[in-house]
Amino acid sequence: MDSVILKTAIRFLLPLLLLASVFLFLRGHNEPGGGFVGGLVASGAIALYAMTCSAAAARQMVRVSPRVLIGSGLLLALGSGLAPLFFGRPFLTGLWTTVTTASLGELHPGTPLLFDLGVYCVVTGVTLVFIFSLLEE
Amino acid sequence: MFLWLWVILIAAGLAPGVSRMVGSRGGWLLALVPAGVAVCLLQQWPAVVNQQNVSAAVDWVPSLHLMVSLRLDGLSLLFGLLVTGIGALVLVYAGAYLKGDERLGRLWMFLLLFMAAMLGVVLADNLLTLFIFWELTSITSYLLIGFNSDRPESRASALQALLVTGGGGLLLLPGLLLLGFAGQSFEISELLNHADQIQQHAFYGPMLVLILLGAFTKSAQFPFHFWLPDAMAAPTPISAYLHSATMVKAGVYLVARLHPVLGGTAEWFWMIAPIGTATMVLGAVLALRATDLKQILAYATISVLGTLMMLLGIGTEATLTAALVLLVAHALYKGGLFMMAGAVDHAVHQRDIRLLGGLRSVMPATCGAALLAGISMAGILPTFGFIAKETWYEAVGSQASVPYLVASVLSNIGLVAAAGMVCITPFFGRQTDAAQQAHEGGPALWGPPVVLGIAGFCLGLLPGPFSELLAAGSTAIAGQDVSVKLKLWHGVNAALLLSLLTLAGGFLLYWQRHRLAGVITATDRFMPWGPAGAYRWLLKSVNQLARGQTAILQNGYLRYYLLMMVGLTVFSVWMALGGELSSHLDPMPFDFRIHEVMLAGLILMSAVVAVRAKTWLLSVGALGIAGYAVAGIFVLFGAPDLAMTQFVIETLTVFLFVMAFSRLPDFRRLSSVHTRRRDALIAVVAGGTITMLLLFAMTVRSDHPISAYYAAHSVPEAHGRNVVNVILVDFRALDTLGEITVLSIAAIGVYSLLMLRPAARPGSTDSSGNEADDSSRGSAQRGN
Repeated sequence: MDSVILKTAIRFLLPLLLLASVFLFLRGHNEPGGGFVGGLVASGAIALYAMTCSAAAARQMVRVSPRVLIGSGLLLALGSGLAPLFFGRPFLTGLWTTVTTASLGELHPGTPLLFDLGVYCVVTGVTLVFIFSLLEE
Repeated sequence: MFLWLWVILIAAGLAPGVSRMVGSRGGWLLALVPAGVAVCLLQQWPAVVNQQNVSAAVDWVPSLHLMVSLRLDGLSLLFGLLVTGIGALVLVYAGAYLKGDERLGRLWMFLLLFMAAMLGVVLADNLLTLFIFWELTSITSYLLIGFNSDRPESRASALQALLVTGGGGLLLLPGLLLLGFAGQSFEISELLNHADQIQQHAFYGPMLVLILLGAFTKSAQFPFHFWLPDAMAAPTPISAYLHSATMVKAGVYLVARLHPVLGGTAEWFWMIAPIGTATMVLGAVLALRATDLKQILAYATISVLGTLMMLLGIGTEATLTAALVLLVAHALYKGGLFMMAGAVDHAVHQRDIRLLGGLRSVMPATCGAALLAGISMAGILPTFGFIAKETWYEAVGSQASVPYLVASVLSNIGLVAAAGMVCITPFFGRQTDAAQQAHEGGPALWGPPVVLGIAGFCLGLLPGPFSELLAAGSTAIAGQDVSVKLKLWHGVNAALLLSLLTLAGGFLLYWQRHRLAGVITATDRFMPWGPAGAYRWLLKSVNQLARGQTAILQNGYLRYYLLMMVGLTVFSVWMALGGELSSHLDPMPFDFRIHEVMLAGLILMSAVVAVRAKTWLLSVGALGIAGYAVAGIFVLFGAPDLAMTQFVIETLTVFLFVMAFSRLPDFRRLSSVHTRRRDALIAVVAGGTITMLLLFAMTVRSDHPISAYYAAHSVPEAHGRNVVNVILVDFRALDTLGEITVLSIAAIGVYSLLMLRPAARPGSTDSSGNEADDSSRGSAQRGN
């Protein structure tokens, strides 16, 4: 697809969309958002880039093969589930710590965040596999 | 006791390494392991003989009261000695048999794995532990029979053995569960105290049938005997070990083990004794028909297995003891005979006795091994085989059950002739062409059968010390104290006369065997109608059925899949809810706001447009609008997470549709008016059903919805205010894990559909994409 408008717009849209995706992912625990929708937005952004330029260009921009994304996402989700086993807790129990920062106040990072990151990676990877396969066919 | 099993399993793990580093002589090294276990078993002899049983147990799943428990009594010790003792010899023998073959390590590994499984079967005290080891023997047997995996007949035989014995295992499990429930315990030692209660129980009949079917398939009883001769496709060390000395005796072991719990009833007698007798006679007859050395031995084994079942089925103290004596005698001579057959095969590359002869001069040691074992098989003085036959005749004769005695003598006459065919024909007479190039193998090939043969003689000459172990074994089978006094010479009595009659008949049969040829060819045409034919017919029918239903259900047309899925959903909804769907429909109050009605109208309009569109772009766009409108409804009713996801999903779906459809021509009407009317009807019915289902779902809300729990616990337990996300990543994270796994599998499916077609292989249109993929993978590795 050869469109000057899109090619110009994508240079601004892509960073914004990716930023939005990270934003959605991070706020997910307290406000609407999360790994699933975040991953979808990220892959939507990359899909737009791939349609505007080319699938090869999009692949180079992503740097990581979608298959690696899927695999590492699955491992991350599984690993965050296995981690509590070492503390004598059941599989997939959330482990939490409290971190106090100056700017953001008290934060509660825990294994569910890692799990959500795994979901994010898998969703992005799977959608990218769909998009790249279709475009390169 | 667990240590014994672990040591063998560890040896199995080391076997491939041993084969690489030491070569074929590693068999001697590996044999030390089972030999060591055998010594440990022998150390328990005094305790076991004095009825002090050794046991060990570990909790497996304590919350379900599941235990892995082992127990050593006379019967276990006897079997354990056979398994480890013959196992050690077989490991040495296998090293010589597959000398220089790179698969030797694998063979040793499988043999040791089997050994651990078999030892587990005979040591298990828990019914479920026993079952697990039982199934492990089936699986290792499958691997061993199919060892020559490049030969189709090997694979077919392995599959056949697995299907028959595995099918039996499938029946055995419910049988053992019924037994456990009826006896309120899964420990065999505990069940012994509840024998009366179990035999009165309503489950007694079904459990007996199921357990016996498991035992009969494993021990190759008629009509399941056909897998055993086919299992001879395995290399000979395997046949010697699994299919004569140990695994096929697992069924006999189980029947013996459960005799004190289940035995002694009329049902027991009538279910086991006739089947055993039929197997005994059939095996002997079929042995005479065969011409292949291993086939003859296999059918003779079936005959003996039938005898063992018959003796256990009759179930007096004398017959139980006789079964145990025969079992040991048979393991010793048949293991030796198989190894002898393997040595001949190894030297001459020929197993057909019609083409073998005069091997005595070129293979003297193997000939000696054959004669040692053959004399025991024929039951001639002074071997253990003779004692076995005497006790057998005496035990059956004292029951005054004439039919069983006659059948015993007849089958033994057949076995004597078979012994002649196996041990005399190949070694004596005119030297055949095949035999002339033969040469004696190394001591590892003829040594183990000679050892077994000599053991048979020693036990025959000095049965005294062995009697006490047999007594302990018989006590375990009978469930009460049994004293056994084995003697080689009982004086002239009825049993001895029957023995002489058997020998005379056997020699006559062997001498005149060429006259049987006519009878054999006359019966050839009945063979396809046997159980083996039934098995093949069943296998073929199952395959045909699978092919037929696949052609209908998996025909490759997407439209039929859709039709099937939608139709089945509608059908199952109506089947499950039926009249309730319509009866619960309350008229909904019409208090909709104007923008809600507008959204609904938008959905309807875009659906109509999507169906009526002439170009794909319009259709895809209309579908996208419908999706957005649905997301809008989510926004109106307060589900921002869902709405957001739906918006993104719709966007991506339109993307993907555009990418996929941009290569396709515009829509064409290829379907007939009739087909379209049918599809429309199905669509209306399906849509209507789902609408009614949703309305119905509104009326059956539970009083205590689970959402209240989630809402209450989200912040304190999961530190998140967004309940939807907390459910996804914390409360129901297991579901999410499953979903992302399914998603990944879908990606593999899409990838293989689109990229791995012959047209899409490298060198065609997408070569640039593959390069990009490779480079990105490279950078990812650098990143790591």
